[in-house]
Amino acid sequence: MSNNIFVITEHLKGQVDDVSYEMLGKAKELAASYGGQVIAVLLGSGAKSLADDFAADKVLYAGHPQLAEFNPEGYCKTIAGLVNSHEPKAVLVAYSSQGVDIAAALSVECDLPLVAYVSNLNAESITSQLYGGKMSVESKVEGERYIAAVLPGAFPADAGKGGGATVEEVAVPELDGLKVRFKHLIEPEGGDVDITQQKVLVSVGRGIQNEDNLPIVQELADKLGGALSSSRPIVDSKWLPKTRQVGKSGLKVKPKVYIAVGISGAPEHIEGMKDAECIIAINTDPNAPIFDYAHYGVTEDLFDVVPALTEKL
Amino acid sequence: MNIIVPIKQVPDLVEELEVDASGKGLDREWLKLKVNEFDDHALEEALLLKEENGGTVTVIALDGEDIDKALYAAAAKGADRVVKVTGDFEVPVPNHTAARALADVIKSMDCGLVLTGVQSVEDRDGQLGVLLAHYLGMPHISVVTHVSVNGGEVTVHKEYGGGVVAEYEATAPVVLGIQAARETPRYVPVAKVRQAMRSTALEEVAAHAADAGAGSSVSRMFKPESGGHAEMLQGSAEEVAGKLAEIIKSKM
Repeated sequence: MSNNIFVITEHLKGQVDDVSYEMLGKAKELAASYGGQVIAVLLGSGAKSLADDFAADKVLYAGHPQLAEFNPEGYCKTIAGLVNSHEPKAVLVAYSSQGVDIAAALSVECDLPLVAYVSNLNAESITSQLYGGKMSVESKVEGERYIAAVLPGAFPADAGKGGGATVEEVAVPELDGLKVRFKHLIEPEGGDVDITQQKVLVSVGRGIQNEDNLPIVQELADKLGGALSSSRPIVDSKWLPKTRQVGKSGLKVKPKVYIAVGISGAPEHIEGMKDAECIIAINTDPNAPIFDYAHYGVTEDLFDVVPALTEKL
Repeated sequence: MNIIVPIKQVPDLVEELEVDASGKGLDREWLKLKVNEFDDHALEEALLLKEENGGTVTVIALDGEDIDKALYAAAAKGADRVVKVTGDFEVPVPNHTAARALADVIKSMDCGLVLTGVQSVEDRDGQLGVLLAHYLGMPHISVVTHVSVNGGEVTVHKEYGGGVVAEYEATAPVVLGIQAARETPRYVPVAKVRQAMRSTALEEVAAHAADAGAGSSVSRMFKPESGGHAEMLQGSAEEVAGKLAEIIKSKM
């Protein structure tokens, strides 16, 4: 085994995701405390240049046509092979759409403990955010090596940018006959309001209780000349289109004013709105995590406050 | 095709959560549990596929508090078989342990697809579906929002950020981590659940798989210390609305 830290980087449409840089920055600290190196792992096809600005000691690049786009089966097979042959001290994987298909797979294929929903880690302990961000948990792993599935947005991305890493092309395992085949990407349908361009967003969550109550928040948005956005459950319930979803699987927004109505503030939602200039949260639960990110908070019932606010504007 | 849907109960986050006396876990005495919402979506998607293509749906869960009720509710919604895997499990059961135990039972079943929730609020040691897939030796796709079945081939949408979706084809059997069903999960009235309790045979199978464990232990659980906290506006709804209106006007 080595004291090196593996960072499983990811990219989509020719762009490296910020979370890869966030992990590289954190890996540098970890590698310093373990006395090892930062090894970035990059898979793709003709994608070697994506590693140009990785702040790493070394990049392991696996290039193959079958790896051009993310494929859970092909990626897991390739990465598990690298982890098993290099035996790094720690493997950092993003808790992202791609990473969720990698981290647990490596845990089984490489027989390593996995700690998920990681918001912080150092040589002594690993902290996870559980229960929608309502509890933090410190874990101690059994054995010397581990995998951490890291929440996007937990660390600064700048610390992971730099360059000058040596790139080593590695052999790719047999990838013929995969049971999972990537077909194509589907872009979202246009035509709806672009919530990333709004100065004011009134964002609605589960607290709105049912679809018939949506006009209450729509009226506030209209009065402010803004748009209605939402957390995931509202979109999953089909009360608003996907284009209105803020957060991990939705959009990242940065309006001047973000009014979170009946949103508790799960980490997946916070990821999409924490950089708004002024965040106002209305939620009857005084312990809702959203209040840790909001500038102003209100615990009065949204059904009383929102109409009163619309009236006063 | 038989579709297997593993479900589990998780704490309902609407309730206040407290740390127990050990400082390492939740105080479970008054904890309200509910079916993991993503598992509800997985069951809904499985039932939609059954309605479209025929076949059967088997819902399976590890034994635990209130699980019988959840399984009967699944039967009332349209599951053909409901199976409880019994054993002496930790609370909350690590997903590695759960996946091992479930894989051990599922591997002796007819299985074309496994649909389960993409995640739960308690996945400290990783997501169940992917662990299960690797213990079963099956491929997996997570964060799935659309599934269609054509013979032994499955077409799915995997969701990325910003509404971008990747389409994949997979040869069954495959494990899918469901983010959202195509339709809102169906509601089942209590009377139908009661009826299912009388008419459904809840199968019990003892777990044989070795306890995999999480591979880590909790040394401390605590409410997150936040970097900052909102300035809380006090007063009646009318009064706070007035204060909010002033704040909003000053920011625009």
